[in-house]
Amino acid sequence: MGEEVKLFRSWSSPFALRIVWALEIKGIEYEAVFEDLSNKSPLLLQYNPVHKKIPILVHNGRPIVESFVILEYIDETWKQAPLLPEDPYERAMARFWAKFCEDKVLISIWSAFIKQGKEQEEAMVAATENLKFLEKEMKGKKFFGGERIGYVDLTLGWLANLGSIFEEIVGLKIVDEEKFPLLYSWMQDFAEAPIIRDNWPPRDKMIVKFQALLDAAIASSSSSSSSSK
Amino acid sequence: MADEIVLLSIWPSMFGMRVRVALAEKGLKYEYKEEDLQNKSPLLLMMNPVHKKIPVLIHNGKPISESMIIVEYIDEVWNHKSPLLPTDPYQRAQARFWADYVDKKLYDIGKKIIWSIKGEEETGKKEFIECLKLLEGELGDNPYFGGENFGFVDVSLVTFSCWFHTYESYGNFSIETECPKLVAWTKRCLEKESVSSSLADPHKIHNFASGVRKRLGIE
Repeated sequence: MGEEVKLFRSWSSPFALRIVWALEIKGIEYEAVFEDLSNKSPLLLQYNPVHKKIPILVHNGRPIVESFVILEYIDETWKQAPLLPEDPYERAMARFWAKFCEDKVLISIWSAFIKQGKEQEEAMVAATENLKFLEKEMKGKKFFGGERIGYVDLTLGWLANLGSIFEEIVGLKIVDEEKFPLLYSWMQDFAEAPIIRDNWPPRDKMIVKFQALLDAAIASSSSSSSSSK
Repeated sequence: MADEIVLLSIWPSMFGMRVRVALAEKGLKYEYKEEDLQNKSPLLLMMNPVHKKIPVLIHNGKPISESMIIVEYIDEVWNHKSPLLPTDPYQRAQARFWADYVDKKLYDIGKKIIWSIKGEEETGKKEFIECLKLLEGELGDNPYFGGENFGFVDVSLVTFSCWFHTYESYGNFSIETECPKLVAWTKRCLEKESVSSSLADPHKIHNFASGVRKRLGIE
């Protein structure tokens, strides 16, 4: 068919992983270009001059950036296995929850992982409040998309993997099975779906990477006068 | 059956104004309810329990929140008139990218100029001008960000223009000097009834901001 699809990604980026999943769910052939984010290629900088980040989807030579924008583009260009619902109200709801997952859930869980002392406690409180909303949204559904994995699932999917990695590193229970039974079982179902399961980055490498990020954060916070522990 | 449309907002909000512009573009009648953010109505808390923020659009009893999500909803439901997003997926992606850029950057950077207590005004001003210049570059020689027609990115950005006078006053700079093409674009947009009837008066915005600064102890 002569379609050229390239995905600029890194080995660990959860944002790029959303695009991997979307392409695989739709059965789209693509070439993965792995970037070293400490040494960005000229091509990356040319395709995303504004943010200089991955993921970048390049379709027939034209770049699309920002993972939500890319997901919508993929859904509009390749109509099989739709990620977003058809009904405009349901689409608005999916976009709302995806934004909530990104702006609130991800930020609060990341803070609960990376911060110390009082800041960490506050982040855990915020994370718990945010997860309560998601738990409520899961009622009667296997996935956020219903019977099939959809847009919101792909947005939150990082949690099904990074959640347990964060918990292993800092010993904090982020998604407690008792408090959030629906979310907990969503994490299992999502992680075990073949396309998802086959594309997780290597767990041991992830643990090393995030432990190093945490160590660096602790080092920089204890070198400042406002540390509390 | 007639559609029932209600908009919950506050008059100075550039986010609420986006929804007003979109509704006006589509020629839609709606009920506007002014909220008091110090005393949020039960309706607001019920319709946006997650964020408890405005704007909220309520269409036949069902709420939608987040201004650009609301604008996209309006565009999809009332798609027979004044389309805001183009039909081509790549053009749509470009429009979504730039609207996202406005969302990610302008409000938070602008806050440093107006509400800053810690002396971030200079950094804020520099970053703000950089953002506007980038957007001006994207506009190029087109009449609108949507090309020949007023579109999605125009909606996302034009409502900030009634706050320009306030940013200029507190940042001590002139947006017209820095970005003349962008200011020409704002004037072009204001010639449209949908925009002029939806944007607040810049001097009233300045008074509003002054009041908030006094309350914050930075005036």
